[in-house]
Order: sequence, then structure tokens, then C-alpha cells
Amino acid sequence: MALLEVQNLCVSFDTADGAVSALNGVSFSLDAGETVAIVGESGSGKSQTAFAIMGLLARNGRASGEVRFDGTSLLGLSDAALNTVRANQIAMIFQDPMTSLNPYMRVSDQMAEVLQLHKGMSRRAARAECIRMLDAVRIPDAKNRITMFPHEFSGGMRQRVMIAMALLCQPRLLIADEPTTALDVTVQAQIMDLLSDIRRDFGTALILITHDLGIVAGACARTLVMYGGQIMESGPTGALFDAPSHPYTAGLLDAVPRLDRDDDALRSIAGEPPDMLRLPRGCPFSPRCALARDICADQRPALDPFDTARHRACHAPREEVS
Amino acid sequence: MSDAPLLSVEHLDVTFHVRPRNAWPWTPPLKLSAVSDMSFTLGMGETLGVVGESGSGKSTLARAIVGTIPATGGKVMWQGQDLLALAPAARRRHRRDVQMIFQDPLAALNPRMTVGQIIAEPLITHAPDTPKAEVKARVGEMMERVGLLPNLVNRYPHEFSGGQCQRIGIARALILKPKLVICDEPVSALDVSVQAQVVNLLKDIQKDMGLSMIFIAHDLSVVKHISDRIAVMYLGRLMELAPSRPLIRTPRHPYTQALIASVPIPDPKIEAQRQRQVIEGDLPSPLAPPSGCVFRTRCPIARPECAAERPGPQAADAGHVYYCPYASAADAKAQLTP
Repeated sequence: MALLEVQNLCVSFDTADGAVSALNGVSFSLDAGETVAIVGESGSGKSQTAFAIMGLLARNGRASGEVRFDGTSLLGLSDAALNTVRANQIAMIFQDPMTSLNPYMRVSDQMAEVLQLHKGMSRRAARAECIRMLDAVRIPDAKNRITMFPHEFSGGMRQRVMIAMALLCQPRLLIADEPTTALDVTVQAQIMDLLSDIRRDFGTALILITHDLGIVAGACARTLVMYGGQIMESGPTGALFDAPSHPYTAGLLDAVPRLDRDDDALRSIAGEPPDMLRLPRGCPFSPRCALARDICADQRPALDPFDTARHRACHAPREEVS
Repeated sequence: MSDAPLLSVEHLDVTFHVRPRNAWPWTPPLKLSAVSDMSFTLGMGETLGVVGESGSGKSTLARAIVGTIPATGGKVMWQGQDLLALAPAARRRHRRDVQMIFQDPLAALNPRMTVGQIIAEPLITHAPDTPKAEVKARVGEMMERVGLLPNLVNRYPHEFSGGQCQRIGIARALILKPKLVICDEPVSALDVSVQAQVVNLLKDIQKDMGLSMIFIAHDLSVVKHISDRIAVMYLGRLMELAPSRPLIRTPRHPYTQALIASVPIPDPKIEAQRQRQVIEGDLPSPLAPPSGCVFRTRCPIARPECAAERPGPQAADAGHVYYCPYASAADAKAQLTP
């Protein structure tokens, strides 16, 4: 059985300008120990997918559909019940480590709190465990640095603290929401290496949410591509990058500047990202799509399976997508 | 490219005086050397990319050239004349030749001005005698050039998306027909699909108008796509300066090599085969930079001698300078392709 099963997940927000649907029928599943990347541009709904799974939507947000973790349905669970799942089963790392850590608390206190609360450990035992975990994420001199405040750490070190904190209760699923976006490239490489080592050692499943196709290529076995609150395409990372089956994926791969190529022209995708208040009735990508046809504006394409373990949501035949 | 460079920066220094937290009022302020001993030239119609991580001094360099931050030493030679030695009024006359494009497109635009007013402002400031009809015509022309519909002229910035705001910023920078445009992280706030549009637009315009450009970014892959030459900075110092292709293919400086090795390639096959050498540690504090070579604390080939004195320039091929006496040519290209 899959560890996480998301079925027809929809999220909408009540705003002054009317209801904004951020997610429209997202479905995917994840096995224990598997790595999945969710790629998309801003507003594509990749973060809202994670927030809906974790029950962290903003107050004006409503989620519908089905999210099953290890057989239990998470949507509609009480806060208390959700809290035990969140602590022991699923953990999340956020983009900006400075705003996720409490600036008024020593790292030792905010880390130990997790274990004292959820595992009922004593202060001393919790602290020893925290130091062990900080060592595991390769923070040098963890024993002395654990008493420092978050602002005394650099950005990369703060993200390591976040990762250590997320792993304290040995969750079975780790959701990383743009974990390296706020970091410099050399530090990003360190953190990505660390994440893959940790994942291997602890056997944690990983959902990596990012806008950077380069990171996905090195880190995840499977990839979901999102646009306008829907999954456009999913499949094994290698096959998906090799032969994208959706015009959006193909366009995105052409638009990324690459260090290993000498050709100087970047092929851009015409037009602007969609306005979520005024999504087209059909495929959200259709206004920017070179292969769009009449049906695309009216009818939303279903996410259909093809090949091995691949899915695509597109009316255009696969042969037309280069 | 003519012989005399358009811009020549010679041994530029920018030092800030900062007062540490919890300091006594009478303790002297600390010196923060944001840019130190920076030298390069820029020819007519040439694009120089400047890369570096946060805190490397690349934005300070841009602001010192434009003149919004005072330089504390060195020279900024503009067509043979030292801008830093000019009186403020004389310097202002040169401002129209050097324009800037900023990172956050929405923050760089005044929310209370219409797009037309924003784009026309430099023209009205620097050439107040321009007749109204001509201003209007030039604004319309400029909007069309950057891919905005001229009928949007009376809209306000918040009505536009990030990519469109950056086009407005580009139009404003170009309306005076400057000779040099300095772009400070112009695409890092944009999504990939829009980023490619803006990079292509900048490239086209640069070619059409024969502009010189300094393109500052932290993303080496973007810089490589637009630049003729690339300067790599670390902690306020120049590490390596070379034409784009040799810099990516045969980087000499260990920092450049580490930077290239850290950039992820969107191709699973290449990523699986790459032997990445990830450099350890974080950027040292710019308030207490390491002695000698500033990179030595993270450098994989550092030796005791590195702490003693600052490395001098070493020349590789034509126009390829790097600041490390112990570096060897690494074939980074070999790591990038399967």
C-alpha cells in the first residue's frame, strides 16, 4: 500500500475578489522511502499541495478530496489527532529557515521541546538526542553551538538546524518546500547532498517542492510538473526529462539556461503565468500553448497514464510534443 | 570594439564603516571592505557578467560605478575621464549615459506613478526641454520595443505581473539611450519561463542599440548566456576574469571550479555521473576576512603560504586572469557532459 495517497485534492481560498481555486483535482501517490519532486512556477499550487496535506492551509482556505497517509484520512482530522501525525509521521522543512525558527528561543530549547512534547523525554535525554541529530546534519561543534540563538547561525547552518529538527521524531515522510531557494549555490549543493544522505540513512520518503529543474534532476526518482493548480505531467525523472510529454514541460526545459550547453538562445514560453482568479475553463496552459486546439479552451484534459508509470494531461497527441 | 575602453575600473575600493551591535558609543567603527582592489575594463557593445554569492560585493560594485555609493579608493575611468574626481554637477551630466535595472521589479517602480510617467521620468529629468509630444512618442516607442502594449500607458505598476514590471524597468533605463546599462540581478525574481523572455529581450536590445552592459547575477547559467566575459567575485575581491567560454570550460581558480561544480544541471543522466566536489563551510564574515587569499578557509588546495599575502594576478590565455598562484586548469566541461 502506498504511504501517501492524494486523490482529487482541491483547495480554494475565499478572498475579497471571490473564490480563488489554488488546486483543482490533484492526485498522486507515494511509496515508503520514495522521492518525488513537485516542480512548478510561482502560483502553480505546489506549496498549497503540501500545506493541504499537512493541514496548514491559511484560515480562508478550504480543502476537499482525499488525503490518506498510511490508511488514515488526514482531511477533516481533529487538530489533536493531526498533531500526532504531523510530529511522528510527517515533517516539513520550509524555504526560509530564519522565519521558521523562533528567534527568541535557543536552538537547544526549541529542538528539545519537540521531543519532550511528542516523545515525553526528559530535558536531558532530549538534549542529548538533539546534539546527536545536529551532528548527523554535520553542524560542527554541535555540543557548544546548540545553546546559540538562530540569528547566530548562517543561512546554511540554520537550514541544517531545520532539517535536524524535522528528523527528531524520525518521520516516515519529509516534505521540503524550496529548501535551498534562500541559499547560495555552494551552500545549496551542501544541503542537497545532506538531504540525500539523510534520506538514505533514515529511509524517509521525500517530497521535494521546487522551481529549480536542476535540483530535481539530481535528487528525485519521480517528478510531478504542476501548472495553474493542476498536474500537467508525472513520471520517472529520467524519462520525463528525456522525452517530456507535455508542451509545458518541454517549454520549461527549453527555457532553463544550462551551463553545459554552448548554444546561446533561450527559447522562452510566450505569455504570462495564469491569473488564478480567472483561470481558463479548459487547460490552464492553453493560452500560452503552441499546440493548443479548440477543445483545450473548453475542456480540461484528464491525467491519463501511458508508458510505464507516466501520466500526462494534454489534448494534443504525444507525437506532436517534441 | 574600439581600443579605448568605454569604462575602465582601476583598483576600486569601497569601504563601509559599521558599528557593531552592543558596542560602546566611543568604540571606533569597524571597517567593512565591500569591494577591494577591483579592476576591469569594458569595451563598447560588450557585456560583462559579474557572478558571486551573496556578500561578494557585486551590487556594491554596481552602485559605486553609478555613483550612488561613494568609492573610497581607485578610479572609475569613463571614456578616459575619472568619474570619481569630478564635481557632483559634472558627474550628474554623465549619469544619463549609465542607467540601472534592478532586481525586484515591483519595488523599483513608484506605485503612485503611471507606467507612462515612470518611463518618461529620466527623459524629463535629464532633458527638461523635450516637447511633450516628443516625450509621449518616445515613451510609446520604448514600450513597444520592450513588448508592452502602448495602450497600457496609464496603468499603475501593481496591475502588471513581475515580468511586465521588469519590462517597464528596462524601458525606463533605455529611454535616454544610455551607453552603459548595469543590470543588478534583473531576472532572479522571475519564474523560469518569464526569465527566458527577459534575458532574450535584454540580449536583443543590447545588440540593436550597441549598448555596453554589466550583468550582475548569482546564477552562473544565466550570466553565461548573456555575457561576453565573466568576472567571478568572492568576499569583495576579484577571483577570476575571463571570456565566458574559457571560464566555464577551463576555470582556473578553485572558487570558480567549486561554483561551477555546485550548479545543478537539469539533466538526470548528467547529474548521476557528475563527480561533484562540494566545498565545505560558509562565507566568512566580511568584517574579519581571512588574511592573504580570502578564499583560503574553504579552498580545497589551500596551503600555509595562502595566509601570508594576497595572491597577485596570474595570466592564462588572452584576457584570462585569475588570482591564485597554485591553481591548475581543471576541465570543468568534462564534468558537465556525459
